[in-house]
Amino acid sequence: MPADLAAIIAPGFFSSSSVQLALVVGALVAIVTGTVGVFTVIRGQSFAGEALGDIGASGGSSAYLVGIAPLWGFVGISVAAAAVMELIGIQRARGRDLATGIVLGAGFGLAALFLYLGTISSSTTGATVTILFGSIFELDTSTLPLVAVLGAIALGMILVIYRPLLLVSVSPELGAARRLPVRLIGSLYLLAMALAVALSAVTIGAILSTALLVGPAATALQLTRRPGRAIVCAALVGIGVMWLGILLAYDSYTWPHHGWPVSFFVVTLVLIAYIASRVIPAPRKRRD
Amino acid sequence: MFSGFMVNAWIVATIVAVVGGAVGFFVVLRGSAFVAHAIPNGSFAGAAAASLIGINTLIGLGVFAFGSALGIGLLGRRGRHDVATALTLVFALGLGALFLSFTVEYAPEIYSLLFGEVLGISANQLGPTIVLAAVCLVVLALLYRPLLLSSTLPDSAHARGIPPYAAELAFLILVALATTMTVPVVGTALIFSLMIGPPAAARAFTTRPLTAVALSVAIAVAVAWAAIALSYQTNWPVGFYVGVISAASYAAGRIWTYARRHRVAARGEATKNGGESPRFARPIRSSSTGSAGS
Repeated sequence: MPADLAAIIAPGFFSSSSVQLALVVGALVAIVTGTVGVFTVIRGQSFAGEALGDIGASGGSSAYLVGIAPLWGFVGISVAAAAVMELIGIQRARGRDLATGIVLGAGFGLAALFLYLGTISSSTTGATVTILFGSIFELDTSTLPLVAVLGAIALGMILVIYRPLLLVSVSPELGAARRLPVRLIGSLYLLAMALAVALSAVTIGAILSTALLVGPAATALQLTRRPGRAIVCAALVGIGVMWLGILLAYDSYTWPHHGWPVSFFVVTLVLIAYIASRVIPAPRKRRD
Repeated sequence: MFSGFMVNAWIVATIVAVVGGAVGFFVVLRGSAFVAHAIPNGSFAGAAAASLIGINTLIGLGVFAFGSALGIGLLGRRGRHDVATALTLVFALGLGALFLSFTVEYAPEIYSLLFGEVLGISANQLGPTIVLAAVCLVVLALLYRPLLLSSTLPDSAHARGIPPYAAELAFLILVALATTMTVPVVGTALIFSLMIGPPAAARAFTTRPLTAVALSVAIAVAVAWAAIALSYQTNWPVGFYVGVISAASYAAGRIWTYARRHRVAARGEATKNGGESPRFARPIRSSSTGSAGS
């Protein structure tokens, strides 16, 4: 490896098995969250995504308590929270914010309880930080098939309802006029979002999971107006951000305070990408 | 339960509940639950930074709360408001994760920042909390009328010289102020619950703004007291009880609204001609409460 390349990519980057796993899982998750996220941004449901992630923290911590993989906890509690939000009327434009907030408040309360019980029941205190802020380098190889399957389910759901979902998201009135089941589509979408958020929570942590859901998608929607292109673009931005974040985190072992968290790099890169897309507008967008 | 260090807990929780309930009225009125979630959570990074470089937690919280408020205000000015809020929030939290990774012993500290340690409040935290609460309530009283007008009728407020953007920024700073004072004592999750549940419940019971503020404060104080008492008895975290009881108060409000609507509907069926028809009862009611149509 040439010297200047070695300065950018620290030696052993590609041969480390945990890095390889992180790169693969990160890319899978970025594809799913990018696809789902485009609709989150179009539908203005960032808060719901944020709430699902935060509530997922209670699932991750309860999974630690009973001793199963945190991903199961994330998925279980996110799907349950999505169902409750749907029940108390998150789909209506008015009051949607409030319904999300109420569920989030109660969910955060549960997270407080489970994390507290987790701290007093086990001697390790690392679980709290791992759940909240993630640690992609510590993933187990056995999570890879699970991530792939759950990601495929989320993508499959989006694919099946793609056209009606797009119409309903852009104009609910038009969708209702065409006799589309607006509420059912919304519920299915919320379910797909719960899965995407759970996957994101495993990689960059429960309370940061919104970054991957919203950031790349919002960036993509600044660059292009076409939903199909936006999805591809969001997935690419997501993968780029994820891989660059992993690379920087790997490099940071030689920096002061060895080993900066991957989540920090990912979140910062997401924000930079979004601001860049806002500051440098696509030339074609000028027309409107 | 009412002796020694617990006295501080009762006093601080009451102050926090009063401020949370009052500011929360505008949070619910403007439909800004996400902002009320994002600013306290974002300021968490400030507390982590303060403990890293060894300065007063309040300063770190204040800087990050106002930074988050300005970030949301600036990024959301032209563009999607919820995206701006989400990205500002996660960036602040990411910074918090970085600062935490620099410190050595962090798990209990991060936990108490997120979920509060109202039972462990020392006497020297009382002073700053009371001063900040007073400032917050005075600012709220000064902004009350323009903010109420701007939240309910943005166009009419604009015509009277209150631009929506200025009102939004003033509101964000108000939330930041409330956050700075409350986070070190009760944690980010708790203040968020107090800002959403009680005001939402209050709005179900009354349509008058001032009555709603008063009721919201009363419910918030009741929630905080119940949470402390239960937490003292069971040793479970305060944040858990505040979150759950706040949600329960909102559920009670929803049930009340539902029951009353059915009563009105039943009366409307009985009298057919007299009185207002139930169909119109809702819109009139909600417009006098003034739902912020975003």
